[in-house]
Amino acid sequence: MGWLSLEEWQAVRLSLSVALRAVLFGLPPGILVAWLLARGRFPGRGVLDALVHLPLVMPPVVIGWLLLVTFGVRGPVGAWLNDWFGIRLVFTTGGAALATAVMSFPLIVRSVRLSLDAVDPGLEEAARTLGAGPVDRFLTITLPLMAPGVLSGAIIAFAAGLGEFGAVITFASNIPGETQTLPLAIYAATQTPGGEAMAARLAAISFAMAVAGLVLADFAGRRLRALLGRGGR
Amino acid sequence: MRHRFPGFALDAAFAAPTPGVTALFGPSGCGKSTVLAAVAGLLRPEAGRVALGGQVLLDTGRGIMLPPERRRCGVVFQDARLFPHLSVETNLRYGQRRAPPGTAGLPFAEVVDLLGIGHLLGRRPAALSGGEKQRVALGRALLSRPALLLMDEPLAALDAARKLELLPFLARLRDRLSIPMLYVTHALDEVDQLADTLVLMQQGRVLACDTLEALSARTDLSLLAGRRDAGVVLHCTVLAHAPERGLTRLGFPGGELLVPLDPAPPGMRLRVRVRARDVSVAMAAPPALSMQNVLPAIVEAVDPGAPHEALLRLRVGGAVLLSRVTLDAVRRLGLAPGQAVWAMVKSVAFSRGGEVPVAPPPPA
Repeated sequence: MGWLSLEEWQAVRLSLSVALRAVLFGLPPGILVAWLLARGRFPGRGVLDALVHLPLVMPPVVIGWLLLVTFGVRGPVGAWLNDWFGIRLVFTTGGAALATAVMSFPLIVRSVRLSLDAVDPGLEEAARTLGAGPVDRFLTITLPLMAPGVLSGAIIAFAAGLGEFGAVITFASNIPGETQTLPLAIYAATQTPGGEAMAARLAAISFAMAVAGLVLADFAGRRLRALLGRGGR
Repeated sequence: MRHRFPGFALDAAFAAPTPGVTALFGPSGCGKSTVLAAVAGLLRPEAGRVALGGQVLLDTGRGIMLPPERRRCGVVFQDARLFPHLSVETNLRYGQRRAPPGTAGLPFAEVVDLLGIGHLLGRRPAALSGGEKQRVALGRALLSRPALLLMDEPLAALDAARKLELLPFLARLRDRLSIPMLYVTHALDEVDQLADTLVLMQQGRVLACDTLEALSARTDLSLLAGRRDAGVVLHCTVLAHAPERGLTRLGFPGGELLVPLDPAPPGMRLRVRVRARDVSVAMAAPPALSMQNVLPAIVEAVDPGAPHEALLRLRVGGAVLLSRVTLDAVRRLGLAPGQAVWAMVKSVAFSRGGEVPVAPPPPA
């Protein structure tokens, strides 16, 4: 592509890869936590709820710093990962994905939980009387019925993940080709004399991707709902 | 079983015959659906015991609480609860796939045929009418090869026409199944058509539990006797038809009844309800009367009914009839227990679902 430099393309590809990984990592625990919050009755449910929403209300830099403390090479989890598996997260693409996943986690949980609240528990009861155990019930009834929420949550989280800045730059730093995602590249470009054109191009791409994500989420949600027999035939 | 909700206490105990249809009957909020939920395992009562045949499903005293998925109770809910994301066929097969191996039950094709849902198999539940949904829900419960079928007001959400459309299916099913059924309803016509045993409930308590025929002849149960359509349920046998007179002769333990010509073949057993308001009494046999059925009877009891009304219990041979008369009539005729009167039956209400085909009597 003529109008983007190699470095710019690298940032776009890296952003897509980081956001995708963040969603893939975040989705299974996101569904689990949403289910616990919607259906579970256990002590500490309120604390879990607050914890999940923390990234929405805290400065991203603080989240990045907390990750650095926890997953840094000398942090409790980071040291353990490094010693046992040789996995180092700080200053790597994996680290950028982790930071993005943590930041977009509340978006996934909220979206999944909303759709879970809309699933009639009476249907799960009916499945029970038909002989379906808990896992069976979840996989055949609950999960398919909340699929629209899972999908739109994943797309929103992906779109938001493309733009994650504060937590990524704090935890994974700004290394071109390694952790320099779109917003970080834009930031770097604005800091470079004569980088205005590059910043504008990247910003336009950023904008287009975000809009595409929202439109896609809406469309997919609608198709899925129709497929599930709600609204229309 | 006992259970307390805020402002409501349930204390109920009854035994239901196997097989057979037991109707839990009572006004809304009397706790009948709660009993059903506890039997299905969807609600845990504070104290209680539920046993099916030899298997204990729930015994809070011994700490036994089988989860619903292992109770083998097929449940038909008032609101069908079909899975919206699955086709009708997949809905039907949902329970069948999860039925314990080695259990007997009706085959798929027969259930589909019995309920007349063959043309719906490829559709989604959203494209079904209320009656069709309930039929599919019924089929789904049946195909899970239940040991007990529970129905929670399956017709309550339907309009009168759909209800009439579904009742014959339920009756057919009742005759075809060899498992017990527990049927929750507040509609007496459903009870008449389907139930063998009646459990009468009010405010969380069981008022009475007996056969439908026995309970319908009691005058002390205001829940039944106080209704406008109160009356005795009789088992009758079709004796003969008289097409030239447009009449059918029915035999019952107290004698014979003439009713408008009925298509049921002679020998067929029918269940009819003789409403109290359709029975009047006379002190002497009336000489000429438009009513066909005038039977000698003995007054057994005179019970107060609604204001200015009395409910008479009349012994007619081996059967009992109820008659609703005014208090004024009781005074004028001096009606009292032990008195011989003539009971005049104006009409009977048929319960189509009560038909029981019987083998012809063996030659003498």
